Amino acid sequence: MSDIILQIDGKEVAAKPGMTVFEAAQSAGIAIPTLCHHEKLAPYGACRICTVEADAGGRTSFVAACLYPAEKGLVVRTRTEQVNRMRKVLLEQMLSHAPDSEDLLELAGEYGADPHRFEKEPSFCILCGLCVRYCAEVKQKHAVSFFDRGAKREINFIPEIAVKECWDCKECFPLCPTSALQAAYVLTESLLTPPEEPSSCGGCSSRG
Amino acid sequence: MDIGTIDQIIDNHQSEAGSLIQVLLEIQSQNNWLPKEALTRVSERLKVPMSRIRHITTFYKTFSLVPKGRHEVHVCMGTACHVRGAERVLDTVREVTGVGPGETDPELNFSVETVNCLGCCALGPVMVVDGEYHGNVETAETAEVLKKCTCSSE
Amino acid sequence: MPRMKSAAELEEFRQQILAQRDADQPCFTLCSGSACHATGCGPVAAAVEQELEKQGLTGKVRFRRTGCHGFCEQGPVAVIYPEGICYLKVKPEDVAEIITETIVNKKVVDRLLYVDPTTGEKATLENEIPFYKHQQRLILGLNLEIDPQSLEDYLAAGGYQALVKALFEMTPEQVVGEVKEAGLRGRGGAGFPSGVKWDFARNAPGEQKYVVVNCDEGDPGAYMDRSLMEGNPYAVLEGLMIGAYAIGASEGYVYIRQEYPLAVENLEVAIARAEEHGLLGQDILGSGFDFTVKVHRGAGAFICGEETSLLKSLEGMPGEPNARPPFPAIKGLWNKPTNINNVETWSNIPLIINRGAEFFNAIGTEGSKGTKIFSLVGKVNNTGLVEVPMGATLRDIIFKIGGGIPGDKAFKAVQTGGPSGGCLPADLLDTQVDFDELTRAGAMMGSGGMIVMDEDTCLVDLARYFLGFLSDESCGKCTPCREGIRQMLKILTRITNGQGKEGDIERLQDLAETTRGASLCALGKTAPNPVLSTLKHFRDEYEAHIHDQRCPSLSCKQLIAFHIDPEKCRACGACLRKCPAEAIDGGKKRIHVIDQDKCTRCGSCLDACPAAFGAVGKLSGEPVPAPVPEEQRAIG
Repeated sequence: MSDIILQIDGKEVAAKPGMTVFEAAQSAGIAIPTLCHHEKLAPYGACRICTVEADAGGRTSFVAACLYPAEKGLVVRTRTEQVNRMRKVLLEQMLSHAPDSEDLLELAGEYGADPHRFEKEPSFCILCGLCVRYCAEVKQKHAVSFFDRGAKREINFIPEIAVKECWDCKECFPLCPTSALQAAYVLTESLLTPPEEPSSCGGCSSRG
Repeated sequence: MDIGTIDQIIDNHQSEAGSLIQVLLEIQSQNNWLPKEALTRVSERLKVPMSRIRHITTFYKTFSLVPKGRHEVHVCMGTACHVRGAERVLDTVREVTGVGPGETDPELNFSVETVNCLGCCALGPVMVVDGEYHGNVETAETAEVLKKCTCSSE
Repeated sequence: MPRMKSAAELEEFRQQILAQRDADQPCFTLCSGSACHATGCGPVAAAVEQELEKQGLTGKVRFRRTGCHGFCEQGPVAVIYPEGICYLKVKPEDVAEIITETIVNKKVVDRLLYVDPTTGEKATLENEIPFYKHQQRLILGLNLEIDPQSLEDYLAAGGYQALVKALFEMTPEQVVGEVKEAGLRGRGGAGFPSGVKWDFARNAPGEQKYVVVNCDEGDPGAYMDRSLMEGNPYAVLEGLMIGAYAIGASEGYVYIRQEYPLAVENLEVAIARAEEHGLLGQDILGSGFDFTVKVHRGAGAFICGEETSLLKSLEGMPGEPNARPPFPAIKGLWNKPTNINNVETWSNIPLIINRGAEFFNAIGTEGSKGTKIFSLVGKVNNTGLVEVPMGATLRDIIFKIGGGIPGDKAFKAVQTGGPSGGCLPADLLDTQVDFDELTRAGAMMGSGGMIVMDEDTCLVDLARYFLGFLSDESCGKCTPCREGIRQMLKILTRITNGQGKEGDIERLQDLAETTRGASLCALGKTAPNPVLSTLKHFRDEYEAHIHDQRCPSLSCKQLIAFHIDPEKCRACGACLRKCPAEAIDGGKKRIHVIDQDKCTRCGSCLDACPAAFGAVGKLSGEPVPAPVPEEQRAIG
């Protein structure tokens, strides 16, 4: 199949069918920031830092570059004033949870985000879901999962799986943009009885 | 809840993974809450990872992972009830029962839930205690209804 | 009656039913929708059955329990046919009198009639009551004619004629064309043209396609879909089947909130009855069209009203939305082309096919055709479901049909479109209600919730309420929605607690922009609307809270105080007895005083104080007058 030609930041970019705007930009050397994208995982679109402005079908809208398909004739702008402002606010929101994350602080510098703008709620996790998705999609172990919803959403290990699978793997640790995961895992470990007696596990009763 | 009953529910849904939520709803409605053994059984039989069951049972509000109290109190927090003073009703419920929304007291007397809209907006604010509707409830009346429950269960 | 195998057999069955029915036979119709259940229609129904038997009238008088009539404020509602006499707030003890006087002696029971609160005039027939008189109940009206569990009733009312017409006289293309020409727009929120949506699914490649009924009505304060599903499930199914035929789907799903047990029950009965009679299943009426339908109960998540979340939930997953494109019409349930419409939209389909596109598009405005059902609730006299042609003004709906604001209170605002809709102030009351005008005014149609607010409602608190709702109901997947709502809610909570800061309004606007622009689905994209629309029309209320620690509506608990006016107190003890905090000091012939430190501001004293005295009042933004000195507390 022939290439799809679209325009990103005024530059003509050729994309293969099935590519997203993010991938097309990447192939053309245009950097779009992201915190939840991983090449081995299905696009997810949770952090929204990759939000760009796109003109398609006569309409201008903001879309997540990591999810939006590269379409013929699409016109994309990755650094408009409004896009920058939204990225700044998103970073400030995430920094209220993980104020010391180096990845976040680096982007904060670029976008002029104030790490102290919003009330702190140090959960240390920005719910990018890299660990959850990696464990499910690549390792197929399902040892870590999202729980609850809305403002109460969080990640947790599933003790009965974690106790069997995690100790020798830990491949998700380096993926974490805020280093929250290791802490969560250690916490879960401490709740567990030794792995030899998984039947008397009491770890999950800590959740209502 | 015995494994046989759970298996029966799963069989009724042809053991399809897609029917996970329907299976859990049925277990919940028969047993009033979802014990861990039930979740483990469902995970095995439907071949659904426990992580997804955990996510689903905490994502959807109907599910309870702890036993419910003898009296179920639902306070409608729909917009119509809100503008007619539902928050006052909820405050009173909290005061009398000692528990807030989504909670059950240690003696298992009351489980309190808020609901988004019961569709009885004409009667707002509405409180439902053990299936009985109490419309246009004022603070004092709310307390009376709940106190009657504690008397009858003691 | 066994399975019917042709349109002729269906027609024959209908004629048999009609032949057995006598239009002059008396019929006691009792509304048994959820709201009337709550007001006690159950015991009334038992009394009717008992009384008919006692008077030897069983079989001679029909007794029909129907779905919602709409006038929930006055329930339980009974209508006596053939005259159509309407009785309101009927109690079990009224039943014997209704049967003896009205059904046997043909006399009206005056005391159960509607009384116009302003003129004092009584209305005998349903259509004479102002609440009904100004409506056009094309969809909801059928609820009165049928017992929702009776296929016979639905057939007697002309049911399944549209299906027969579609299957035997129209091609699928013609059906889609008719719906397009009718100008029907989706009643669930966004108002997308239904025919166009059908066309997408129809033209999408793939053998297996699905149609879905969205009955996950989550808007707090809207219940028209429940009333339609409870009151007339056959019409929803008929609409769905016509859609399935047009699109090329052989399987359908109904996604229905499990909080609506009566709707689930009636729907399941309707499906079973339709299956028995060959109106669902293989080769329906010999047309070669196969169609089956499954019921999926929702487990309590507002987000599942969003179509991609709904599909995830149908697949047994957490209801987290997918980005569109791809749209469900191309890649929906199990990745197959899927068309989702809400209950009210599907209910309109039989009407359009029966009466034709021209009939339908003659009703309404330029861009919005047909009627729309609103749930008119909040601080309004006639609470209930209201069906009006698109283009009726807010003023007509709230004042002509709704009977205005209770008490002597002033109208302040109306909130339309559910949690992510907007608030419109009094100077926009002449707005014509249709998809485009409401959006232009800064609100939206949503699914048709219409919440009326009077001077006592604080709009900053209302914005806080909606953001609290959305904070619980967001799926939590994407940052701008989850975190934006969280931060906006924190700020609004602070403001209503009297701890607002300089710059809060700007912070809210900044957060709103990001949440609206960057969120993944419609919930997030519209979540800031309650904040933005109240800021637009009621900015002074925000400023009073922030700068003066004053709630102009005397509603925010942390900003008000209750006070007993010593001049007006008659020491009756009513407030003292009701106060749950024991914060009131008083006694016989001693002016009562509220201890501000003990007071929890629950408002019981205000409720308790006899209107004739009116001694308890609320204050905000000003100091509470010092208590009356002890020596001056005696009342002469």
